[in-house]
Amino acid sequence: MLTDKDYKLKVGLAEMLKGGVIMDVTNAEQARIAEDAGAVAVMALERIPADIRAQGGVARMSDPQLIKEIQKAVSIPVMAKCRIGHFAEAQILEALGIDFIDESEVLTPADEEYHIDKHKFKIPFVCGCRNLGEALRRIAEGAALLRTKGEAGTGNIVEAVRHMRAVQREIQHITTLGDEELVIYAKNIGAPLEMVQYVKEHGRLPVPNFAAGGIATPADASLMMQLGAEAVFVGSGIFKSEDPPKRARAIVMATTHYRDFDLIARVSEGLREPMRGIDIHELSEEEKLAARGW
Amino acid sequence: MKFGILALQGDFALHQKALQRLGVETLLVRKPEHLFGLMGLIMPGGESTTFVKLLKEIALFDAIRDFARERAVFGTCAGLITLARKIVNHPLETLNLIDIVVQRNAYGRQIDSFVDAVRVNINHSGTFEGVFIRAPKIVEIGEGVRAVGFHGEDVVMAENDHVLVATFHPELTSDLRIHEYFIEKARKFK
Repeated sequence: MLTDKDYKLKVGLAEMLKGGVIMDVTNAEQARIAEDAGAVAVMALERIPADIRAQGGVARMSDPQLIKEIQKAVSIPVMAKCRIGHFAEAQILEALGIDFIDESEVLTPADEEYHIDKHKFKIPFVCGCRNLGEALRRIAEGAALLRTKGEAGTGNIVEAVRHMRAVQREIQHITTLGDEELVIYAKNIGAPLEMVQYVKEHGRLPVPNFAAGGIATPADASLMMQLGAEAVFVGSGIFKSEDPPKRARAIVMATTHYRDFDLIARVSEGLREPMRGIDIHELSEEEKLAARGW
Repeated sequence: MKFGILALQGDFALHQKALQRLGVETLLVRKPEHLFGLMGLIMPGGESTTFVKLLKEIALFDAIRDFARERAVFGTCAGLITLARKIVNHPLETLNLIDIVVQRNAYGRQIDSFVDAVRVNINHSGTFEGVFIRAPKIVEIGEGVRAVGFHGEDVVMAENDHVLVATFHPELTSDLRIHEYFIEKARKFK
């Protein structure tokens, strides 16, 4: 589990992001557009997931120069991604003063057995998850924030919905179990017993859980918030659309007022084309980024 | 006797939990009409640039200004920034409900966030666990503002007749003394 001080500082920053939108940006100009639109943080990337998917090759941590330019351009927190298991990239990001590290399946994994020991870092980590077992393993490794994996770079919400529903369903299920059932349950989902006990007692994860992977419209943001997400990451959805500033503002409004459907209808008007998107069934198993990480 | 928590973005749920533990009825404020009949309002931690943007989009910016003339408002971190007169290192327009000038992210980035004891001087003086996350600093205090919390030489908590502000996050601890003090303060305007 996280220590008390870790909890306050690392999970504390995640608490401050709740109800907000974190936007992927690839340069200082996009970062400023995101901040002006009301983003609570930006994710500094060389290529957004849709382009990583299109171009292929090994996807790595971003160039420190790019990260610094983005840090200079905005006053909100700046996040960056490192490869799964690549603790040296994480150490470099920490040295650069990044506010939150995303150990992300969107980049090519560096270790196919282990994730990073995130307790060793002073700055917080966010990790993706598809189900409760994966979520609790990441928290045990020190993640201060979780997000659905979804299927990044597709503009298709279906996988994020699947992952959010899976986590919520399993949390619900645990609360109905007897104490004598917990050890075997923990073994079956591959999660530490103390984490499973926490979930049973509190009826929720010990850290916040956000949505990511496929959010492209204000309605997508509202859907994920209603399914229990506490904030929203938007990757390719904004800067692959036709009118990024307007779409960014609309998604921010829809995330805050996620149950105000008159308002969401109003902000969804005339946003022009969203990113084109990919049907999940057109992707082969090897092309699915969500399968990375374990 | 209902208290509102501004719930556009940030850690409003933690403030709500603190008030509920004190047996206070709460309402999450997302529209101007939600302010009607409230005893007081808490502006939580979060991102101040996001707050101001969202406040203006739904006409809460002016509504909170009017509310604070009659009632009490408490802001932590981003809430404090939004309530301040001016930000030295950002052009963001603020509510100007307490005459303080603040510096955003004054300690640095997340790597510089810290937990340390602060001295508070409310009711009785004592120490309080201060959780500072990308925290602002109060760099100037105007007329009618009293400094009531200190970390070393820095003023980390201040108040005027209607507004209480802290640069740290009492809502991230289980200590309810500061929330309790705010409720007492708000009751004076009944």
